[in-house]
Amino acid sequence: MTPLDEPWTLSASVALRPEPFGALAYHFGNRKLTFLKAPQLLEVVRLLAEHPDARSALVAAGVPTAQHRAYAAALEGLADADMVRRRVEVEGR
Amino acid sequence: MSVQTSARPAPMQGPASLVEQFERGLDAPICLTWELTYACNLECAHCLSSSGRRDPRELTTGQCEAVIDELQRMQVFYVNIGGGEPTIRPDFWHLLQYAVDHQVGVKFSTNGVRMTPDRARLLASTDYVDVQISVDGATAEVNDYVRGPGSYATAITALENLAQAGFKDAKISVVVTRQNVTQLDEFQSLARKYGATLRLTRLRPSGRGAHVWDELHPLPEQQKLLYDWLVANGDDVLTGDSFFHLSAFGAPLPGLNLCGAGRVVCLIDPVGDVYACPFAIHDSFLAGNVLDGGGFRAVWQESELFTSLRSPQTGGACASCSFYDSCRGGCMAAKFFTGLPLDGPDPECVQGYGEQALAGERTLPAPSQDHSRTVATRNAPVLLQLTRRPDLAAPPVSACTESPLAGFSPAATTVPTKEA
Repeated sequence: MTPLDEPWTLSASVALRPEPFGALAYHFGNRKLTFLKAPQLLEVVRLLAEHPDARSALVAAGVPTAQHRAYAAALEGLADADMVRRRVEVEGR
Repeated sequence: MSVQTSARPAPMQGPASLVEQFERGLDAPICLTWELTYACNLECAHCLSSSGRRDPRELTTGQCEAVIDELQRMQVFYVNIGGGEPTIRPDFWHLLQYAVDHQVGVKFSTNGVRMTPDRARLLASTDYVDVQISVDGATAEVNDYVRGPGSYATAITALENLAQAGFKDAKISVVVTRQNVTQLDEFQSLARKYGATLRLTRLRPSGRGAHVWDELHPLPEQQKLLYDWLVANGDDVLTGDSFFHLSAFGAPLPGLNLCGAGRVVCLIDPVGDVYACPFAIHDSFLAGNVLDGGGFRAVWQESELFTSLRSPQTGGACASCSFYDSCRGGCMAAKFFTGLPLDGPDPECVQGYGEQALAGERTLPAPSQDHSRTVATRNAPVLLQLTRRPDLAAPPVSACTESPLAGFSPAATTVPTKEA
């Protein structure tokens, strides 16, 4: 299973500010500032919570399949800084 | 600020690199410094804002709240609050809470004078506030030399109070000088002792710093020492990306290696004036005032000065240097306040071009504001101290001295031994 098969969401303490190059993401908890260096990445990050897994968020944002692996790496980088988190699905409710 | 630039799906898709984007400016600053007051209990020799006395025109509580409202609308994620000594303002704690309640995080710099156990507990209970305690020597002797007597003890008490209150990860903020550059490991131990993170920044010849820069700025060989130390320890240390001029030594230092003045950073001073960067409080870098019609947003987005800073810059005299891509000409404020041309080398250029430029003809700009105390108090540091010449054991002997022992120095007298 790759990160693309898992459900993700933007961390609750992260604010996004769109910029011409993509976006700035600021984490109020750990005070880390991260640059999302592509507008499409911003779109993906915003769509994560609405989709059952990252792959369908990538598809919805129109990211070509050839770039999915690069986006998976970017996602893990964002997870390391707690910008995005694996969503915990509550079963049976 | 902790900046990460990792999250980019390769290959790069945009037409311009991130550095180029930043050079053209953003819709709102990434990092904004706000000096709340010029009043200060200390009189540090190198104060970049020449602080001491409050300015009667300083923004009122209501005006400060309006600035915070605007920062919230512009999505400025956090402000670096400084001064003067910001905690001296009676409404400081109120403004802190107001900013946090409006999604503007606060990092404030203090000398620790008001960091009581109560305040420390209050700070420990919120997520959105970060504290920087200024310390310019790992020992009282080195610190108090530039910050004034007793200032080291005040800072250490503040750090103790924060640690005891359970405040996590305070910052120890150090301006690197000729006197403390040999204490970098000791600063690191000091930070560990209080569960804090070390933050090192560059000494700028701004404000009162202009008068003491010649005696305080690190010597050329110390710059190399600093660079090597940063390369070895950079992961655990914050720098505000202020040492990018050192990148011309070799591999670039982590962070943004460019001058962010008016592009990604700026400064709001206590009376609401907006300057291009925290180290450039001078009429030449004044873009407008937050009380002007359009507020801070108009100054940031439309002022003539900031527009010109965001237009393509030529490397000037540095363009032909093979290290230009590393240091991009260095720090604008450092050049300006040492009387060097802005399109030439940084005064501390590690390739040695700065020293050549400093040796040439130059005129230091007259300061355009000075809030220093007019009369020195007991808190004032004394840089020039009377000492005896180390090569003389006693004062010189004048021709008319009456003492029979004048000029007699027992240490210098050799006693003949039997063998001789």
